[in-house]
Amino acid sequence: MSTYFVIAEHLQGALTETTFETLGAARALADATGGEVVGVLLGHGVQDMAGQLAAADRVLVADHPALEHFTPEAYNAALEPLLQEHQPRLTLFQNTAIGMDLAAYLAARLNWPLIAYCNGLRAEDGAIVTTSQIYGGKVFAECRLPEGPGMVTVLAGAFPAEAGQAGDAPRVETVSVSLDGLRTRFEELHEPEAEDVDITKADVIVAVGRGIQSEDNLELAEELAQALGGVVAASRPIVDAGWLPRMRQVGKSGQKVKPKLYLALGISGAPEHVEGMKDSELIIAVNTDPNAPIFDVAHYGVVADLFDVAEALLERLED
Amino acid sequence: MNIVVAVKQVPDLIEELEINEEGTGLDPDVLSFVLNEFDDHALEEALLLKEEAGATVTVVGVDTTGELDQALYTAIAKGADKAVKIVGDFEEGERMPTPIMARLLADAIREMDYDLVFVGVQAADDLDGQVAPMLAALLGLPHVGVVVGVEKADGAVKVHKEFWGGITADVLVETPAVLGIQAARQAPRYAPVSRVRQAMKEATIEEIEVDDLPEAPDASVCRMFIPEATGRAEMLEGDEEAVAGKIVEILKERGLV
Repeated sequence: MSTYFVIAEHLQGALTETTFETLGAARALADATGGEVVGVLLGHGVQDMAGQLAAADRVLVADHPALEHFTPEAYNAALEPLLQEHQPRLTLFQNTAIGMDLAAYLAARLNWPLIAYCNGLRAEDGAIVTTSQIYGGKVFAECRLPEGPGMVTVLAGAFPAEAGQAGDAPRVETVSVSLDGLRTRFEELHEPEAEDVDITKADVIVAVGRGIQSEDNLELAEELAQALGGVVAASRPIVDAGWLPRMRQVGKSGQKVKPKLYLALGISGAPEHVEGMKDSELIIAVNTDPNAPIFDVAHYGVVADLFDVAEALLERLED
Repeated sequence: MNIVVAVKQVPDLIEELEINEEGTGLDPDVLSFVLNEFDDHALEEALLLKEEAGATVTVVGVDTTGELDQALYTAIAKGADKAVKIVGDFEEGERMPTPIMARLLADAIREMDYDLVFVGVQAADDLDGQVAPMLAALLGLPHVGVVVGVEKADGAVKVHKEFWGGITADVLVETPAVLGIQAARQAPRYAPVSRVRQAMKEATIEEIEVDDLPEAPDASVCRMFIPEATGRAEMLEGDEEAVAGKIVEILKERGLV
């Protein structure tokens, strides 16, 4: 029987949405191949969380003080013997700040194949066929995992979370772990600093990406946002450049937003960004590249220079 | 303190991408390459540490494009002390699977004197996993990824790791260690062309030649394709005036203006 391991992720006492999405994807594979889904939960005092992994047949819980907070070293040290012992057909991680620290490390340690950025999974004649989104979302790659154990990291939002939340309470088993000689120590978790603007509460967001070109040009975005009664947000590169505060960042490592209007200016729409804004009620995107993936998620698209459109729009709104 | 920064080049995503005839990868003939942007951040963070705490910065990469020199000389122009390129009979311009690249890098870095290895947290083409954690596993070192700042401590570094929603953590890691850098504390510096030219004249790039590719687990790509536009977006045509007019109409219909 094929076994599918799902490595559960949690932060600040709550399992992540992506964990359930991944669990649901594993459930579908197991149902198609007559396999078993095993949730793996690492932490300290997390027994109660195990029962929430409803789509799993059973959950292995590794409880240890060194696992209370996430560090890649402790998590990997706990997971490696577990995977070695069980040799699951497929181990599913999330393609997140946690899963990315685990999967590639364990793949190299165990000498197992790994497919990252996975947004599609299916069983085909006993093989597992994966689809991944690479090159900034511009290209899809289909891979076939050879027989024997393999791993994937699953993109957030690729599968419905509901499928992972459905099912009877799983059987919970405790596994012992020994974690000695760790060279990594968790020190402190930092909550984001409160900012004057909370983009998650805004009805209208004017979001800028690389296309804005310079910090000075943010003024135009700011004027447009004001005319629309909204706020300015950005994709990662703009925040990394220091042009806007971290709390204005939309995407995987930033904020998830669902405004009434998301006006994307000069944003190509890499999966990391789309993850944070795809549920907006109305998305209008302006980009010079007609093939930009942002047009796959937008409701309305304009292939044009963002400055031309923004200025024309501003004039009209101010009339 | 010695910091090794592992870099690679990736296709420039600004350019239009084409799939090769076999449908298994990008067509290398039409690609242009740029330094992986996250590796640029890894280099920047290393240079910041060098300025603050004193360090020797060595940049190393596998030359899969035949054009890595440019990136290495630029790194030297920015302040790196030494550059090493790994050369061999590689398929020029083809994507090198991460498990193979990580093994080549690990073999080279193992021979170096280092306290820290910095690598960009990810790259646009690392379909089969990210370099940094694989490198750590192969070198037997602790690793932290998605790092947005590094501070020197006693026999260790304090790293600032990012989760999501603005949540971050401080983690203390004993050196030697491998760090996957998401973003340096400041935007990567710019190297003036004159400095790059000077580096090309004065600096030498050390070469490590490999004969055979290492064995690594492989999940072969059966098919690579450019997804057809789902056609979700209704495209607004016309000049900017016309487009602006249409947008305002849409917003009015929805009571947004």
